[in-house]
Amino acid sequence: MQAFTQLTGITAPLDRANVDTDMIIPKQFLKSIKRSGFGPNLFDELRYLDEGQPDQDSSGRPINPDFVLNLPRYKGAKILLARDNFGCGSSREHAPWALLDFGFSCVIAPSFADIFYNNCFKNGILPITLLSEQLDQLFEDTQATSGFELTIDLEAGVIQGSSAGDITFNIDSFRRHCLLNGLDDIGLTLEQADKIKRYEQKRQQQAPWLFAK
Amino acid sequence: MASKTLYDKLWDAHLVKQQDDGSCLIYIDRHLLHEVTSPQAFEGLRIAGRKPWRIDTNLATPDHNVPTTSNERSIGVDGIEDPVSKIQVVTLGDNCDEFGITEFKMQDTRQGIVHVVGPEQGATLPGMTVVCGDSHTATHGAMGALAHGIGTSEVEHVLATQCLIQKKSQNMLVRVDGKLGEGVTPKDVVLAIIGVIGTAGGTGYAIEFGGDVFESMSMEGRMTVCNMAIEAGARVGMVGVDQITIDYVEGRPFSPKGANWDLAVAAWQDLHSDADAEFDHVVVLDGAAIAPQVTWGTSPEMVLPVFGNVPNPAKEKDAAKASGMARALEYMGLKADQAITDIQLDRVFIGSCTNSRIEDLRAAAAVVEGRQVAKTLKQALVVPGSGLVKAQAEAEGLHTIFTNAGLEWREPGCSMCLAMNADKLGAGEHCASTSNRNFEGRQGFGGRTHLVSPAMAAAAAIAGHFVDVRTFN
Repeated sequence: MQAFTQLTGITAPLDRANVDTDMIIPKQFLKSIKRSGFGPNLFDELRYLDEGQPDQDSSGRPINPDFVLNLPRYKGAKILLARDNFGCGSSREHAPWALLDFGFSCVIAPSFADIFYNNCFKNGILPITLLSEQLDQLFEDTQATSGFELTIDLEAGVIQGSSAGDITFNIDSFRRHCLLNGLDDIGLTLEQADKIKRYEQKRQQQAPWLFAK
Repeated sequence: MASKTLYDKLWDAHLVKQQDDGSCLIYIDRHLLHEVTSPQAFEGLRIAGRKPWRIDTNLATPDHNVPTTSNERSIGVDGIEDPVSKIQVVTLGDNCDEFGITEFKMQDTRQGIVHVVGPEQGATLPGMTVVCGDSHTATHGAMGALAHGIGTSEVEHVLATQCLIQKKSQNMLVRVDGKLGEGVTPKDVVLAIIGVIGTAGGTGYAIEFGGDVFESMSMEGRMTVCNMAIEAGARVGMVGVDQITIDYVEGRPFSPKGANWDLAVAAWQDLHSDADAEFDHVVVLDGAAIAPQVTWGTSPEMVLPVFGNVPNPAKEKDAAKASGMARALEYMGLKADQAITDIQLDRVFIGSCTNSRIEDLRAAAAVVEGRQVAKTLKQALVVPGSGLVKAQAEAEGLHTIFTNAGLEWREPGCSMCLAMNADKLGAGEHCASTSNRNFEGRQGFGGRTHLVSPAMAAAAAIAGHFVDVRTFN
């Protein structure tokens, strides 16, 4: 996994609550057996005017000129501003894969759905939770300045660049540590193999039916 | 000893290690797999040179991509017309064969929707931790299990370590007191709950469903309710173990046998919240006040009793809510204040991990028996949740009731719930669906989904529009 330390990038506003993972990456693109290549189909039904198909070249498709990510001022955006309950619905990890493949490695919202929030950390995406009022300010900043950029410093827990000054944020220490160092969760857990085996031995005595072949 | 909720008990029994920062290593007893969220996990294992930790805890079946017409199914995997769908089903088969994981393949009568298959086989048991790369895994919480959906990286993590790194959720109790009215079903109960707490109301919580209504509810009904916990934002939904649970589990293929059965039943007696357990949040509904529900919008919380009228954004004071409402009405092609019963339907779908079990099919068959599907309908599908549900329905003659009434009787799979296979809505079409999500495009590009119970879907199929099943004759 790519480590996340500092990020400076154009910030795009998606002003809509309850953005579900079907919206982030529609079901027809889940048929891939790879983790990459989902970027052209991120927000497919909002971004294009036609219905997208897997394995299709999206470069010639009719785009929806009103959709925010199609506006020239947000080209190359790396940070996404969103509203409440971002990432609700299906557990598909294709949603963070699509965001990452498109170029987003940070999403800032007042709240996230649990499974999506978890999935972000497994892929080097930083989901930041701020108060709604703080988001309102950032949304205004993107309107006021074309090419508006933020800098995210995970080590310091600070967002820089808002007209309202620096904004601090919190991420729990284990997840922060893993992101900062690009650590593989599985490798870390396997360091506890002895503990897992001891648990299994104890559990087998208490609940032998769970181990019956 | 301090009193505990059911969730506390299940959590404590599976805690391998707690870190100083509160993150925990939790042991997983059952891992269910399907073809959509597992290929990248197996690939990850191969790249890292890792082996599954404990093969026998894994059980797989393809469901999302499988075709549901008997023609396509009779040929087997080669009958899947869509080449990308076929690759996923083949890949699951190859991965399970390579790693020695038990898989109910497409031609196996035990194949079906993973959340129907698990309980049906006794593969998901009281007191277990159950995970699957699918958000509707909370279904298995009906068994008194700790069950939730995970992403693909976590699928790989469970395969490799038999554990997950988790943070404990808070405890929420949703209590539904009293008795449901005639014609009001578990699906109506869970839609009504989501209408009250909202699609983010359960975020960060594990929800336990309690009260008179759940105590007298069948296991299949409890599965329907727990299935949709995620639609209220909660990864986990569950019901405490009682005699109904134990009777359901007994004698199933993967259930404990002999002396192990007696040990298990004795241990399961404790799988309920202690009488004085404290919850962080409690929501109470009156069961008698719940009417058959219909969703009108593009989020499961946009739900009303069947006798209601679609809301009017102009009357909504909260600007954000009003704009969400207006956007939903536009997508759904509905007029503010229009009666729910005036919504004309194009298709009806009875199936999905929410409502494709035998009791669901019986309820739908009882409504359509001796009647005819409305001529204005393009299609009405009945898709059983597994090969065994299909066989049971056929033994009871339900398939004949459906086909005589003009509904199509299909092979088991996820079907039109999410349109990853050939069954889907056309743009602008309205569908009465017993599935779980009415998101934009969920059942097909531009499709318009209305979530209802099997009985309500069946009545709508006959009438061609929504009707109150309680007074439908």
